[in-house]
Amino acid sequence: MDLIQNIDTIIEKYPKSERPNLIPLLQDLQEHQGFLSEEAMVKVGKHLAVPVSNIYGVATFYNQFKFEPSGKYHIKVCRGTACHVLGSSTVLVELEKQLKIKAGSTSRDKMFSLEVVACIGACGLAPVISVNDTFHAKVSAASIKEIIESYKNM
Amino acid sequence: MLATDIKPLLKNFNEYKTGKSELKAEFKEKNPTKPVIYVGAGTCGLAAGADKTLAKVREYLKNKNIEADVTETGCIGLCSSEPLMDVQIPGFNRISFEFVSEDKVEGILDQIFALNTPKSNILAQFRSKDFRIWENVQFLDEHPFFKPQMRFVLKNCGIINPGSIEEYILRGGYAALLKTYSDYQPVDICDIIEKSGLRGRGGGGFLTGRKWKFALGTESDHKYLICNADEGDPGAFMDRAVIEGDPHRLIEGMAIAAYAIGAETGIVYIRAEYPLAIKRLKVALKQAKENGLLGDNILGTGKKLEIKIKMGAGAFVCGEETAMIHSIEGKRGMPRPRPLFPAVSGLFGKPTVINNVETLANVPYILENGAESFNSLGTEKSKGTKVFALSGKISLTGLVEIPMGTTVREVLFGIAGGIKNGKKFKAVQIGGPSGGCITEQNLDIQIDYESLIQAGAMMGSGGLVVMDEDNCMVDVAKFFMDFIQRESCGKCIPCREGTARMLEILENITHKPGSGESHSALERINGVIQLEKLGQVIKETSLCGLGQTAPNPVLSTLRWFRHEYEQHIFDRKCAAGVCTELRTFKIDVDKCTGCTICAKKCPTGAIIGGKKTPHFIIEEKCIACGACDEACKFDAILIF
Ligand SMILES: Cc1cc2nc3c(=O)[nH]c(=O)nc-3n(C[C@H](O)[C@H](O)[C@H](O)COP(=O)(O)O)c2cc1C
Ligand code: SF4
Ligand code: FES
Repeated sequence: MDLIQNIDTIIEKYPKSERPNLIPLLQDLQEHQGFLSEEAMVKVGKHLAVPVSNIYGVATFYNQFKFEPSGKYHIKVCRGTACHVLGSSTVLVELEKQLKIKAGSTSRDKMFSLEVVACIGACGLAPVISVNDTFHAKVSAASIKEIIESYKNM
Repeated sequence: MLATDIKPLLKNFNEYKTGKSELKAEFKEKNPTKPVIYVGAGTCGLAAGADKTLAKVREYLKNKNIEADVTETGCIGLCSSEPLMDVQIPGFNRISFEFVSEDKVEGILDQIFALNTPKSNILAQFRSKDFRIWENVQFLDEHPFFKPQMRFVLKNCGIINPGSIEEYILRGGYAALLKTYSDYQPVDICDIIEKSGLRGRGGGGFLTGRKWKFALGTESDHKYLICNADEGDPGAFMDRAVIEGDPHRLIEGMAIAAYAIGAETGIVYIRAEYPLAIKRLKVALKQAKENGLLGDNILGTGKKLEIKIKMGAGAFVCGEETAMIHSIEGKRGMPRPRPLFPAVSGLFGKPTVINNVETLANVPYILENGAESFNSLGTEKSKGTKVFALSGKISLTGLVEIPMGTTVREVLFGIAGGIKNGKKFKAVQIGGPSGGCITEQNLDIQIDYESLIQAGAMMGSGGLVVMDEDNCMVDVAKFFMDFIQRESCGKCIPCREGTARMLEILENITHKPGSGESHSALERINGVIQLEKLGQVIKETSLCGLGQTAPNPVLSTLRWFRHEYEQHIFDRKCAAGVCTELRTFKIDVDKCTGCTICAKKCPTGAIIGGKKTPHFIIEEKCIACGACDEACKFDAILIF
């Protein structure tokens, strides 16, 4: 119930039938709900007078939008060029191993989710990951273990 | 309501209009009345732990009862030395410290407040006319990383408080905008910018003044100016640094550009991955508006400009102009054919100019110092300075702003201190996923738009990712292909399917076939021949810049590192050891105790051997996953 309320209040902030607001509105929804639910997209469609199929088309085009909830700790692994040449692929492999999930998914206990992003802009300190928007620089397969442990024990 | 510190500016403006004063605000280093501590808190600084340093500084001041200002600045460009902390004691030069992790704060501050020069962590001191010098500390402008730089775009980055419009103005900020409004017609501005030779810093390299003229010359009731802050090249971060470190410079540049083309709406399309930059830009826009520098009646001149922020949603192709326009309109970010150029029909069908952050950040300098001052720098066709983002296997990483025409060697080995850990230089990728690599034999070319293209690379946005002998160029090519293949919008078949096919070929080269598959050397060499053909077709038949440049990294590595491809194909070896599937595994019979653990762990059943007798790996079955090496407690697995 609470969730539905929330969707409506967010949508109401945007003027009706104004297509250019579609992406900001979806971003707002995702920010508050963590992902885009089917229900939210249907409501957005009604509000902006755009077919839902169209909304889904837009949402799936952009990497930012997610269609399932993320974990309590959302981990972003940079797979940009600078991070790649300094070994971010082994960092990713290690994370997948530690968390027992693949990039793009959420652990069963909803504690961790893992996402691959293109570049966080801290290339000078590569490889970089972020956990709920806290950055960790110059990580290695070894330091990843400690970082994950510290969040597990939090 | 005007902040009190803005008043002198306005007075200045009025006197200037009546011919009483020179507007070019002579910046005088303010002598602070109490100590100021600056901590570099850009995204890179924060990633290196600047928030902890900041907290420690505040705690220190509180505990010792010292009254001092603490200021968060952007990034001065030396990312590899972060966290950075500067201290200015009244009457003394500002002094800069590197690697200031939280545990170093106390020691440094103890020394500095006792007016002793600390023994370690010193980076340099700032030069000034009026203040006392710290003995035996080199000046920042003598430091090898900073000495060759000429900083127009980065002038204030890492030095001023990006959250203070007063500081920007006190350093001469917004003077160029005032000069624009009072001295020039829009067409004059276009002329000056064209004469300066400023070319787009977003990659295309189109003459900015000329682009503005197209838009100025198109009649319309409404025009748009879009600032491209999508910074899609993974490995470039100058736009982020400018917005985080000196957001008012961008706003000023946009205001001048908007005046030049007759736009009353500006939009900054910025990457959602840059939350800090978005935050600082929002603050700066609010300040500019509150102080009458944006809005309906700018400084009483009757000029109008509103600037909005649009967040990108993580699609590389949205950096392309027409895709960006579609994205702002709320659609899928897919490019459309040009012409119609956006300058004629762009956002919502109105004339629209799209410029990169760095391009716009150059504009205030040019207006203030004249086209000639900019034009006199650089090479024949590339003028002024360019910011480069250094990353990868290089000693000093970060941002440098240097005149066009500097050689690649000077940047990598002069400014950035050469390759890390004494390794051997292999190549530097320039231009990101659309660019190519520069190798040893091309290190002496002068950086400008044309010479880079001749060398098979391109300027792009100025990301320089350095690779050493431990990097595999086939792997790098595969990395870019993987990126581009995922980011292709899918509109054109050559780009969508062609890049997927190219990636598949590269994967075959670096992959060991499992049982049942067979990739003979002949097939692989066929693949490489196809790579070149495919690359050509994709380049010639794709609609937008993404497809047209997609094959570049592969073609460039094929040109300079053909032997590495051949090694992967014929010898099935990756000399750098990056392509892990091409490793060969053997068991050291002297060390193997026959514990059988590896045979149990091997996913393909490639290991045979009885209990307590040395085991053996069947090479045909081995997929080089490394599970045996991880499992073995006796260090008996040998990897070649
Ligand atoms: C696939 C693709 C991605 C691009 N990404 C960017 C980008 O991230 N930032 C940027 O400023 N320009 C980017 N561009 C170039 C822009 O389309 C455009 O040329 C530029 O923003 C114009 O500004 P300028 O003249 O000031 O360089 C990209 C172009 C293509 C084809
Ligand atoms: S070249 Fe590629 S990215 Fe560009 S429009 Fe065609 S399919 Fe889309
Ligand atoms: S490439 Fe990883 S932060 Fe830029």
